[in-house]
Amino acid sequence: MHDKQVRRRRAVLALLVAVSLILLSAYFGESDGGPLHSVQRGIVTVLSPVQQGASTVLAPVRDIAGFFSSTFHAKTEVAQLKKENATLIFTNAQLQHDRIQNQQLTSLIHLDTAIGVSAYRPVSANVIGEDPSLWYDQIEVDAGSDQGVARDQPVIGENGLVGLVTDVTPGASIVTLITDHTLEVTAEVEDGTGDVGVLQPSVGNPSELVLSDLPTSANIQQNQTVVTAGFRSGKLDSFYPPEIPIGIVSNANEDTLASSGSVQVSPLVNLRHLEVVQILTKPQAGTTRASLVP
Amino acid sequence: MNVSTSFVIRVLALVFISVVIQVAAVSQISIFGVSADLSPLVVMSVGLLAGSITGALVGFGMGILIDLVLVQTLGVSALLYIAIGYWSGRLRELRDPAHELVPLGMGAAATAVAGIGMALIQFLLGVDAPVSLLLLQQIFLTVLVNSLIALPVYAVVRRALSPALPDDPRRRRQRRYTTGGLSPLKRPSEGLGGSVRSVSR
Repeated sequence: MHDKQVRRRRAVLALLVAVSLILLSAYFGESDGGPLHSVQRGIVTVLSPVQQGASTVLAPVRDIAGFFSSTFHAKTEVAQLKKENATLIFTNAQLQHDRIQNQQLTSLIHLDTAIGVSAYRPVSANVIGEDPSLWYDQIEVDAGSDQGVARDQPVIGENGLVGLVTDVTPGASIVTLITDHTLEVTAEVEDGTGDVGVLQPSVGNPSELVLSDLPTSANIQQNQTVVTAGFRSGKLDSFYPPEIPIGIVSNANEDTLASSGSVQVSPLVNLRHLEVVQILTKPQAGTTRASLVP
Repeated sequence: MNVSTSFVIRVLALVFISVVIQVAAVSQISIFGVSADLSPLVVMSVGLLAGSITGALVGFGMGILIDLVLVQTLGVSALLYIAIGYWSGRLRELRDPAHELVPLGMGAAATAVAGIGMALIQFLLGVDAPVSLLLLQQIFLTVLVNSLIALPVYAVVRRALSPALPDDPRRRRQRRYTTGGLSPLKRPSEGLGGSVRSVSR
């Protein structure tokens, strides 16, 4: 009797492990249009209204927890922000002067192509689900193909770039965040010369990105802004329009820059507290693209 | 172990509700910079309450549901949660731990297995981006946060499943033994006392 129970237990365990491994191999090997991916999208379609409802019902719980969490961090942030503010006042004055000068010069040579985010036909969406694991930085939002959302459209938050739409159902979409290890963004440092590099996440550290492949002679300083490069090279287009803020340079060690051509960047958007995002459903409309410097 | 329909329905409801709450609310609450993860705790609790086979089956079901809902690589979470559910169940079957803090320790272990296991599988599948050493800190913090909520989660799971939990023959035997007044330490003296009194009267 005991032996029978042991055999049964081991058989169930072996069967479950085998099924998991088969699913893993099949999923990993198939394309995005494969049957397992289709089933996955079907499940998301069916469950997204439930998640939407649950997200609305549980919003007060989230808000209360968020309030305590924010208060906890507020003291340290205040001191840091005061310091940053002092620097920014001077920088702002200089930038205002540069902006006026830039406007005058661009209108002089009829290259005034400045456009706002509204030209990219943004669609607002609420975050209805988030991935708890450290390896999949994804969120689910309540806008899908019915609202004009398609795969590979960029997503922005309150202060800058959030990520890219990687899966779409009629009523919901999966957005992969810029801190996910599968995503890379071509980015430009606003350091006067516009040095371009590839922005990668630092897996395990959601508050840090690594901008690599920079020219080793680049003169990059701390607190400089990093924006999307939005390159166009023949038929190859970046998914992201140019000049969308991504983050600020948090650590620009001269030795690291000279040896590996990389600096550390802090994202401008708090990716752990996203509630509303905007999906740019027409990211290439009317934009003048920067060209990628080889 | 006979499993009733009521038990199956309760387990299915528990798995579904916990995944929805996890994705829609808990994941969006940041404590010490990380989010709590209910899934390994629920699987661990079911394993501790219902045994290894049920634990493994619930682990598989919850893992697949999470991978489907969150559009992750199918089978990764299932593989990890099978191990958590099975070993929690085996602990119950082999040791039958009665200490109140067992779910706390098991919750920490289950979360550590989930975090480290996920990292190992991701490395095996291939990671292009640089990996920060802070990943270890993040895993540690998640274990800490999950340990804090392990006891309440276990209590909720026990409350949800206890009316329909399958009867365990071993526990039934234990109950009969302890409540039937057959203890060899008590019975002789009690019996003797009773007979002495009756004689003296």
